[in-house]
Amino acid sequence: MTTKPRVAVIGMGYSGFQPTTPHASFREMMFEAALKAYSIAGIDDPRSQVDAFISCQEDYWDGIAIADEFAPEPIGGVLRPTFTVSGDGLQGVAQGVMLLKTGYFDVITVESHAKPSDIVDLGKIYEMALDPIYVRPTAPKTAVPHYIAALDAVAYMDSRESGEEDFAEVAAKNRNNGLTNPLASYAANVSIDEILESEHVAYPLTMYDISQPVDAALVAVLASDTAVDRLGAWDRAVWIDGIGYNTETYIPERHVYGTMPSIRRSALTAYGEAGITNPLSQLDFAEVDDRYSFMELLSLEEALLGEDSIELLRRGDTYPEGKFPVNASGGSLATGAPFEATGLMRLYYAYMKLLSMQEGRGLVVSWRGPPTYTSAAAVLSYYGGGEE
Amino acid sequence: MVELEGTKLSEKEIETLPGVIYYKPFTRYKFTAGYAVSVFLEGLKRGKIVGSICRRCGRVYVPPRSYCEYCLKPTDEFIELPDRGEISTAVISYISAKRGRLEKPEFVGVIRLETPGYREGSYEFAGLFHKICGITEEDVKTGKAIGMKVKARWRPPEERAGSILDIECFEPIGGGED
Ligand SMILES: [Zn+2]
Repeated sequence: MTTKPRVAVIGMGYSGFQPTTPHASFREMMFEAALKAYSIAGIDDPRSQVDAFISCQEDYWDGIAIADEFAPEPIGGVLRPTFTVSGDGLQGVAQGVMLLKTGYFDVITVESHAKPSDIVDLGKIYEMALDPIYVRPTAPKTAVPHYIAALDAVAYMDSRESGEEDFAEVAAKNRNNGLTNPLASYAANVSIDEILESEHVAYPLTMYDISQPVDAALVAVLASDTAVDRLGAWDRAVWIDGIGYNTETYIPERHVYGTMPSIRRSALTAYGEAGITNPLSQLDFAEVDDRYSFMELLSLEEALLGEDSIELLRRGDTYPEGKFPVNASGGSLATGAPFEATGLMRLYYAYMKLLSMQEGRGLVVSWRGPPTYTSAAAVLSYYGGGEE
Repeated sequence: MVELEGTKLSEKEIETLPGVIYYKPFTRYKFTAGYAVSVFLEGLKRGKIVGSICRRCGRVYVPPRSYCEYCLKPTDEFIELPDRGEISTAVISYISAKRGRLEKPEFVGVIRLETPGYREGSYEFAGLFHKICGITEEDVKTGKAIGMKVKARWRPPEERAGSILDIECFEPIGGGED
């Protein structure tokens, strides 16, 4: 049996991270992100050095039907093998990993972008994501389906010794974490009390508990170990030790509220591949979904990071200076949620964090946001500038 | 036309059949043209066609791009092109969006714009997709339209909005029938 190639992220680039980006089209943002990623990866000629290109997007977000056709051009994929994943960027990374594991590919580009500022009626786009026959007619006519997330939040509170003050603490932690992150447009010096005193958008969630859309494009360059050697990229190679993704159901009444089984299964797949049996002791940090404050707590539990994530929070473990920092970047609450690019954003922060550590291992968890029950998880590691 | 047997249901009757759910999407966007295309749109308002050129491969992009998709590098500069060229290919469309027959067919095509100062073969031609007026169905069917010299028919300056429709269409130089 031959050994499957190991896969690393060898460069990442971004564009945007602002609520509006009137200076650039989404294609120009993709191009900027791609150039930065190739530059870090040490890819001089992506047109010949990249074997395949993956773009993660949804037509309705772009306002273009068959938007796949727009994917190749800004990232170097014209007349090269390119395909799209209509899902989160981390799902695209999983596709890239699988291609690289076949041994037929050496370098793969994964891209995702979002330009919510181009959308006038965001709520109407979300409405299109609901079952047209029996959910659309009964759904609240709110702008964005926060009520769907709130169903999970209420169920979560009910099943734990948890309340709004825990959600507010997550929101305060992440919004304040973002104050040191230049890309965090929604960072805020806000206290738990201020959050608890603010009005609900959908009970129990206030505006501080809910992440805002943000314009961003992200590109990751993936490489097999052979390519890492060839490109001399050991110093910037963050290894993907395991990655998983799956979807639970689109049917709202069949989702198990207060849980997110798709995170659990994704994490188990990633842990299995990475040989992780005790996540909390074998990992150093996590960048997990926090499109809503309670999702950080739920993501941690579903990713088996301790029995009780509320306890971790109350003990201060998940703060940047704590034993197990979670979303030290500020998460989506501080940096915003760029639709399908949210997973690549999580990956970007984990990538940068690992490069700054001499040695370490981190977890990335991405949920695709309401009204989806789709998630992905990846275990990443870094062990310095040479062959181990 | 053959008259088919049976009872014809009205549109209304079909809509009210159980098991059929009518839904009208409501979606609005305000697309960001971006850096390069904004320069193009501003040019149109002034009655100018602006493109951009990649000096590495010689491609001229109209509308301009801020990057060359073949070289994956930024394009080098904006260039102004004459509002003349020749028809590279053209089509007559007889069908409306609702699949009905159009009373008057529509002509669209690709115009290969002139690029003076650039030697033939040293650049990739600048093609612009647009409406064509003043040509006949016969011109297209016989292939006479291909290679025909055309010129932009501009809207009056006060009506221009910085839109691709600031050019109404391309029409044969020396006039044609409309
Ligand atoms: Zn070029």
